[in-house]
Amino acid sequence: MVALELRGDNLAGDRRHLGRALSMWLLALLMVVSLLSLGHGASGLSVPSVLADWAAGRELAVTDRVILIDIRLPRVLTGILVGAGLAVSGAIMQGLFRNPLADPGLLGVSSGASLGAISAIVLGGMLPAAIAGWYLVPLAAFAGGWAAMLLLYAIATRQGRTSVATMLLAGIALAAMIGAVGGLIVYRADDQQLRDLTFWGLGSLAGASWTKLIVAGPVIAAALIVAPALSSGLNGLALGEAAAAHVGIRVQRVKTAAILATAAATGAAVAISGGIGFVGIVVPHLLRLLAGPDHRWLLVNSGLLGASVLLVADMISRSVVAPAELPIGIITAMIGGPFFLWVLMSNRRMLDG
Amino acid sequence: MSLCARDLSLRLRRRLILNRVAMTAPPGALTAIIGPNASGKTTLLRALTGEIAPDHGQVALNGRDLAALSPGMLAAKRAVLPQHSVISFPFTASEIVRIGLTASAHPEARRNVLIRSALAAVDLPDFAGRLYQEMSGGEQQRVQLARALAQVWRPTGDDGPNWLLLDEPVSSLDIAHQLTVMRLARDYASRGGGVVAVMHDLNLTAMFADHVVLMRNGQVQGEGAPAEVLTDALLSKAYGCNLAVSRTPAEGIWLLPQMASV
Repeated sequence: MVALELRGDNLAGDRRHLGRALSMWLLALLMVVSLLSLGHGASGLSVPSVLADWAAGRELAVTDRVILIDIRLPRVLTGILVGAGLAVSGAIMQGLFRNPLADPGLLGVSSGASLGAISAIVLGGMLPAAIAGWYLVPLAAFAGGWAAMLLLYAIATRQGRTSVATMLLAGIALAAMIGAVGGLIVYRADDQQLRDLTFWGLGSLAGASWTKLIVAGPVIAAALIVAPALSSGLNGLALGEAAAAHVGIRVQRVKTAAILATAAATGAAVAISGGIGFVGIVVPHLLRLLAGPDHRWLLVNSGLLGASVLLVADMISRSVVAPAELPIGIITAMIGGPFFLWVLMSNRRMLDG
Repeated sequence: MSLCARDLSLRLRRRLILNRVAMTAPPGALTAIIGPNASGKTTLLRALTGEIAPDHGQVALNGRDLAALSPGMLAAKRAVLPQHSVISFPFTASEIVRIGLTASAHPEARRNVLIRSALAAVDLPDFAGRLYQEMSGGEQQRVQLARALAQVWRPTGDDGPNWLLLDEPVSSLDIAHQLTVMRLARDYASRGGGVVAVMHDLNLTAMFADHVVLMRNGQVQGEGAPAEVLTDALLSKAYGCNLAVSRTPAEGIWLLPQMASV
């Protein structure tokens, strides 16, 4: 079906020009969405008026400056990094596990991170006030995510070879065990803690601040910078591990880098924004339908589209019940779910085989 | 300048699969590895590709120990066609063949020429834009062969012959395409390259192989020219049933690939 429109300039079936063109459009989209998001909020402040003021050489009012620079800008940047991080991680995991339904949750990162967050929220109250600050929950989430991932990696690696199949199954077992431990802790939680937990699980960009961004941002950014280097390795892995090695790919190195990059990006994303589901599966899948599964552009485009999607979801979450906010996870699932179903139904053939 | 197995022993899950195997595939020749099921043919080929390391012995590619070569160096000298290939995402034929060029340093224009030539060589010239998932099993196998072929397109390099290692290259092909693929392999060998193929079909082996390695129970039962190895005695013993070479049945119909003409 898709192949019909793919008569490239010279070689049929070469869809890289589609990926390249798509990346330009997605970059433009992200810029527009970022500006809209900057101008979107409870106060009447809008980006055009600020730009007009700036062009006319007028000073910004202090309140406007605070709103724009200290509240909206970190939130927009957080949304970009988290959205890009989740979508790129999803694309990498799907390539590594050779399965379009894989996501970072399979690595135990999400369950480990949620155990960290649960522990911090429920047990944090028992700590002396000097230690328990705002950073306790994100820090515990990040540590939990990494601990779970390293444990899983150790379980699945024998004699320097990581078994992807073992990792998948052990991830499910580990998630169940972590869930049980989390349940035990939740059992002790009081009402306010339960409310915090529920909201953390639904995800939100509301807590975004420069401080959090400075800590978590570089971690996600580093993973995003490493990601494109994985593209030819992930393309090779689509043929299977043995065939990938035969075409000259250092398979174990690709696997390790993929797992570390994903754990870093997801761990940091979950730490600052809670559990935001679905971006990691829907975005890469949609892009594969549009421009093919070649990871060279898939990873870049996933980052761009993931960022835009999350910013749009955040704008919606800020508008529907304004001045209050809906957790963003509700929005991504509510829009992402039906959309994904529609894509699946209209492309059944792409799934089989 | 050949592909040699020297005293290879290999265990998989404690079972001895290869037992002191020694064989030499000469360059400029098509070497067929034959033998009954579970005789160790495919494992021998996997050891020759470097995919699995032997417990004992070594494999030498053009005189160099396989274990000492990096994946990139190996990829430049030999390409492998696996037996079954499931591909996880909807790649087009030309995208798959391009993956074969991952480790090469060819400029873009050369790559496009190689992809087109390789697809034409396996008789799929118009398939570049087709999705792998929408092809038949035989077409998929030929796309994979094109991928391997593009990887080591020139049969010889600056440092000796290049190698095509094929695991049952004609297993899911019709007779016309079996002949296409076997001619392609023989042509590669006649231009100076080395070809090693695991073969099930003894007629095609007799027709195309220059050198035959007969395996049984993880050991080499016979090695040499087809006329030396494809004998009643050796084949009957290896396959466990009475076989008669070059004799015709008294009745019934039968068909030989040797009698096909294009």
